[in-house]
Amino acid sequence: MPGSLTRLQRYYLLYTGGFILFVAALALLEDHGMPPRWIGYSFLIFTISMYAVIGIMSRTSDVSEFYVAGRRVPAFFNGMATGADWMSAASFIGLAGTLYLSGYQGLAFVLGWTGGFVLVALLLAPYLRRFGEYTIPDFLSARYGGNAIRLVAVGAAILASFVYVVAQIYGVGVITSRFVSLQFEIGVFVGLAGILVCSFLGGMRAVTWTQVAQYVILIIAYITPVAILSWSVTGNPVPQVVYGQVLQRVQEMEDKLFDSPAEVDARRLYRERADEYAQKIMQLPNSLSLEREQLTARINELKASDAQMKDIVALERQRRELPHDPDQARLRWEAAMFAAAERAAPPIHHAAAFPGEDEEGWAQRINFLALVFCLTVGTAALPHVLMRYYTTPNVREARESVFWSLLFILLLYITAPAYAVFVKYEVFTHLVDIPIAKLPGWVAAWSKIGLVSIEDINRDGILQLAELSLNPDVIVLATPEIAGMPYVVSGLVAAGGLAAALSTADGLLLTITSALSHDVYYRIFRPQSSTQFRLVISKSMLLVVAVLAATVAAQKPGTILSMVAWAFSIAGSAFFPALVLGIFWRRATRPGALAGMVVGLAVAIYYIFRIEFDGIAWLGVSGLRMEPWFQVQSTSAGVFGVATGFVTIILVSLFTKAPEKEVEAFLDALRRTRRREDA
Amino acid sequence: MAHDLYWRKTRRLTFGLLVIWVFITFVLTWYAKELNAFSLFGFPLGFYMAAQGSLVIYLAIIWYYNRRMRQLEAEFGIDDE
Repeated sequence: MPGSLTRLQRYYLLYTGGFILFVAALALLEDHGMPPRWIGYSFLIFTISMYAVIGIMSRTSDVSEFYVAGRRVPAFFNGMATGADWMSAASFIGLAGTLYLSGYQGLAFVLGWTGGFVLVALLLAPYLRRFGEYTIPDFLSARYGGNAIRLVAVGAAILASFVYVVAQIYGVGVITSRFVSLQFEIGVFVGLAGILVCSFLGGMRAVTWTQVAQYVILIIAYITPVAILSWSVTGNPVPQVVYGQVLQRVQEMEDKLFDSPAEVDARRLYRERADEYAQKIMQLPNSLSLEREQLTARINELKASDAQMKDIVALERQRRELPHDPDQARLRWEAAMFAAAERAAPPIHHAAAFPGEDEEGWAQRINFLALVFCLTVGTAALPHVLMRYYTTPNVREARESVFWSLLFILLLYITAPAYAVFVKYEVFTHLVDIPIAKLPGWVAAWSKIGLVSIEDINRDGILQLAELSLNPDVIVLATPEIAGMPYVVSGLVAAGGLAAALSTADGLLLTITSALSHDVYYRIFRPQSSTQFRLVISKSMLLVVAVLAATVAAQKPGTILSMVAWAFSIAGSAFFPALVLGIFWRRATRPGALAGMVVGLAVAIYYIFRIEFDGIAWLGVSGLRMEPWFQVQSTSAGVFGVATGFVTIILVSLFTKAPEKEVEAFLDALRRTRRREDA
Repeated sequence: MAHDLYWRKTRRLTFGLLVIWVFITFVLTWYAKELNAFSLFGFPLGFYMAAQGSLVIYLAIIWYYNRRMRQLEAEFGIDDE
């Protein structure tokens, strides 16, 4: 249908042009005195109503449209939709910040999140499309047979996707509360509405076409500020090309800065502070009562002399805020100790890879590669991404669309490291070694919400690098202000972050919904139910899951961001071995796959749990924490999960009866090793 | 049978490209520190590979795979409409 294809492209070109005009109009209005708050509102209302219009236009009551967009999405647009589906709030807001803070070590995310698409292209996408059903559990159940494996797959898909969707909605809350100054909880429910207008009426069809629209906004919003920054620093507006020379300048500044006497002194003071806390923690509970007595003594002393009332009140407050018991003191002081120790650590050159010596450098290499491994395998196993390759018209287009997906994703991931380097350059030139009283206004503004913190520990009135600490999120959110751009750019960034979070949430929500309604309800409980009723079930599930996710997000769970990193290990351990061996190894059997999925998942969860948690309070268990294996961190638990998954499937398969004739036929169709009679 | 040959060729292509992928992703990255001694376009080489070079190679791998698969499908008359 070449006619409709060009029509689609014309629509989206028109839409992109319209969006750029809209931004330009706002820039003009800002010049004429439109207040920032209104600009924020305009972006929020304009983009969400755009998504709503697309959602309503694509409403459907057809099962195939609802689950796989009627399998009519051309490769190019499926690539864009996958890009938006894939790039979450964490990629958009967090990645550049992580790269700023950890330099080379952060590139594990860039490598992992792009390298995974090679696995998708070579090992999975064409075969999933040739199989051509609706979900990933569908595929596993058809290959291995039986409902047990379907249930395990549904469980793993929901486990990996639910935390992820909560994190997206949380991201929406953060963005709306910061840029439009809505209350966080209200922001969360605005986000919920934004998600539901797309997915509820039109399922995958509507989600696909809104994701394309969201991709356009997010990529414009991501590249614009750093292009402006690049233009002002180097005179070249293509940051990806020129940041090599800026990186060199950053390195020269680092050489001068890192060993300057003031920096060394500030770091020494932090070291002393960390040691002090360590001492106090060791001497618990005596150190706590001692501190309380000392404060009491000083208060009494002040009261006896005629000191100012406000000094006494301050000291009394300090005494009130002391930890109540030794346990609380340990927690608080440990946090303070780690914070101080972090600032005391000698800084690392931005481009330096694995800077540690001997043992430490070895652990850094191992962890870097382990993280890359988990992220790649997780990318190739997260159901919401794999599902997208069911939506193309044929196998060839599925393959082509992985190419487009990676291309569109690359645009952002190649820009992120440039983002980090340019912001570092700005920070080194405009913040460090500047008198604290003369710091730019954005520092104070972002300090207020706790994303930036400065402390003049050596009391010289000048900011040292060690005295500045930045939350990773602030890098992308505050860049427009850092570079002195008009507020309309900030609004654009907020709209981009919103698009990234909403598009990913849409895809995830649909995955959970189809797992529950299609796999569990239709395939297991009521295969005889009518298509109309299946859609009713899907839509009500969607509503329930969405409201549940928003409710969890509104509680502001603090650990949510680290939990997202675990989703990759969980999905990779559960799905990757069973999917790949299912396609490439005839001998893989049902008991083998079932055992492999369960064992792989169990190992990953066990490892995460034993590394991260010491006990379960409500079960009264404690002392569970263990030493990591080969010094691998919990975010890379998938290394062990995937490995045991593969080994278990192979061993158990070899010890069980070879697969039946139907599996042979299934694989022949999948690999096209024999002509299909029914085709 | 002719179609078995199609699968064998597909598999060989897949594993060949995977070997390249593993080399770029894991072997080169392991030596990033050593590679940083060299420079490319003004970047230290190890940093450049992880930030841009490898990503472009990934894209090239997928592009080449698609191209070869199109040729194989034409050769064996496989049509998945």
